[in-house]
Amino acid sequence: MRETGTTLANQAWLRQIWAFIYRDHQLTKRYWSWVVVFSVYALVNSASVALIGVAAHDRRLTLTLTIGVAMWSFLSVIFNEISMSIAFERWEGTLEYTFMAPVSRLIHLAGVSIYASFYSLARLVVVLLGLLLFIDLDFRGANLPGIFVVLLVSSLACIGLGLIAAILPLMSPERGAEATNIVQGILLLVSGIYYPVSVLPKWVQPLSVVSPATYALRACRRLLGVETAQPGKILAGCSLFDVRWELIILVAMGAVFIPAGLWIFGRVEAWAKRSGKLKRTG
Amino acid sequence: MPALAVQGLRKAFRKRKGLLRRNVTEHWALKGISFAVEYGETYGLLGPNGSGKSTMIRILSTLLEPDDGTIEVLGYRLPAQEREVRERIGRVSVDAAFYKKLSAMENLLYNAYLYNFDRQTAVDRAVEILTRLGIRRNRLYEPLEEMSRGMQQKVSIARALIINPPLLLLDEPTTGLDPKSKRDVQDFLEELRRASGTTIILTTHDMGEAERLCHRIGMLAHGRLVAEGTAAELVMQAGVANLEDAFVRFAGEKLTDDETEDVTP
Repeated sequence: MRETGTTLANQAWLRQIWAFIYRDHQLTKRYWSWVVVFSVYALVNSASVALIGVAAHDRRLTLTLTIGVAMWSFLSVIFNEISMSIAFERWEGTLEYTFMAPVSRLIHLAGVSIYASFYSLARLVVVLLGLLLFIDLDFRGANLPGIFVVLLVSSLACIGLGLIAAILPLMSPERGAEATNIVQGILLLVSGIYYPVSVLPKWVQPLSVVSPATYALRACRRLLGVETAQPGKILAGCSLFDVRWELIILVAMGAVFIPAGLWIFGRVEAWAKRSGKLKRTG
Repeated sequence: MPALAVQGLRKAFRKRKGLLRRNVTEHWALKGISFAVEYGETYGLLGPNGSGKSTMIRILSTLLEPDDGTIEVLGYRLPAQEREVRERIGRVSVDAAFYKKLSAMENLLYNAYLYNFDRQTAVDRAVEILTRLGIRRNRLYEPLEEMSRGMQQKVSIARALIINPPLLLLDEPTTGLDPKSKRDVQDFLEELRRASGTTIILTTHDMGEAERLCHRIGMLAHGRLVAEGTAAELVMQAGVANLEDAFVRFAGEKLTDDETEDVTP
């Protein structure tokens, strides 16, 4: 039955969030071969990078690179799934039907974000398990629960950035998706995934300040014990309290980016309805 | 109070050109259209390509905002009360827009959840509607991409009706269907109107379909409503033998004229 009334209306948003989770889960199942392809690619890419540390017989470098590729694998999938959600709808031809449903954009994007978070977490587990086939990962002394906390907190900021980037395919049916990929590429460049931010040219370094991955990686490397001033040395992973400033910055980024993303998305949607951009074809 | 009241509706699409995008070209898709549709009535919008039919349907679907004019849908004003309107309208567009890898049932369930329907009600409604439209239950679980165009369009009709909307917007719902599928859809729409009293706005290029289904017809040409009445009244007003000739007389062009579609940037 269609459920109305105050009590049941309170549950409506839950069912609507579920609609997006249900849809994305079914699509993941139906596109399983692509999911396998992307997972294998992520694993091979991660292993290729982490093996550089193995070749150098440097456990610290191996762990530094491994946490970099793992974190990027997680955050980039969240960012990509959310920022491309509008482009995916347009490619499928369903954009108009989703946007004319009586669902607030907050509920819509929350549903998409929740599924993206679970999907990227599952992908991360697959990549990490796959890495064990290539590298003898030694996490002795690492604060693994702390790393998991950083992962969760950083996902919020990344969701916010994804929401902001999701307006690009809404603004430009032709070039929005490409622009989203450029944003993702810039995040990869400036966040210190494979190298310290300090090796970037001075004029690029300020960009790393606005990337959640910068703080997430710095915190994770300290929790692993590889972020030390002494070359080649691995210390015991620090406590969560020791990375509190990174966590505070990540929480603040989530608190700013998510509302900002929703607000900007709402403005762009209103503009798209005036200009005729809210259409299924590009 | 009518189910739909449109007054002085105007909509232009603007394109920016040039290096600095300072040159703006303007195309008026709707140039001050007014009409009203009563509850339970089927109202046809006929017009050549580019006449403004699809723009009108997209405005009524809350996907496009007009530049000027007033619209009241089932007592709610657009765009101010778009959520209330969205809860009460179903739409079928010319191309069945679905997640083609998903089955008909998965697509319909997704849609039903968006409109706050529970799974069992959605499944029951989907089976009832699609069985009536001649699709066997076991086919509901096949991917849409494996279905014919006609079957996809029937699923599209089920998607619009699963929420039991008081107002149905049909944008060329039978275009491209074979005669049997076309007849199935038309029979179903007649039955729906009789049984549920659903108000229907129908755009079509098929004069026979318009005559059969529509109580009244509005003829659009170049963004203007150039004639309105029952099929018989329009034929009489035009002083011709049939509705197609009346269309050519009012619209000033043949149905097959392939003028550019609504110009949207």
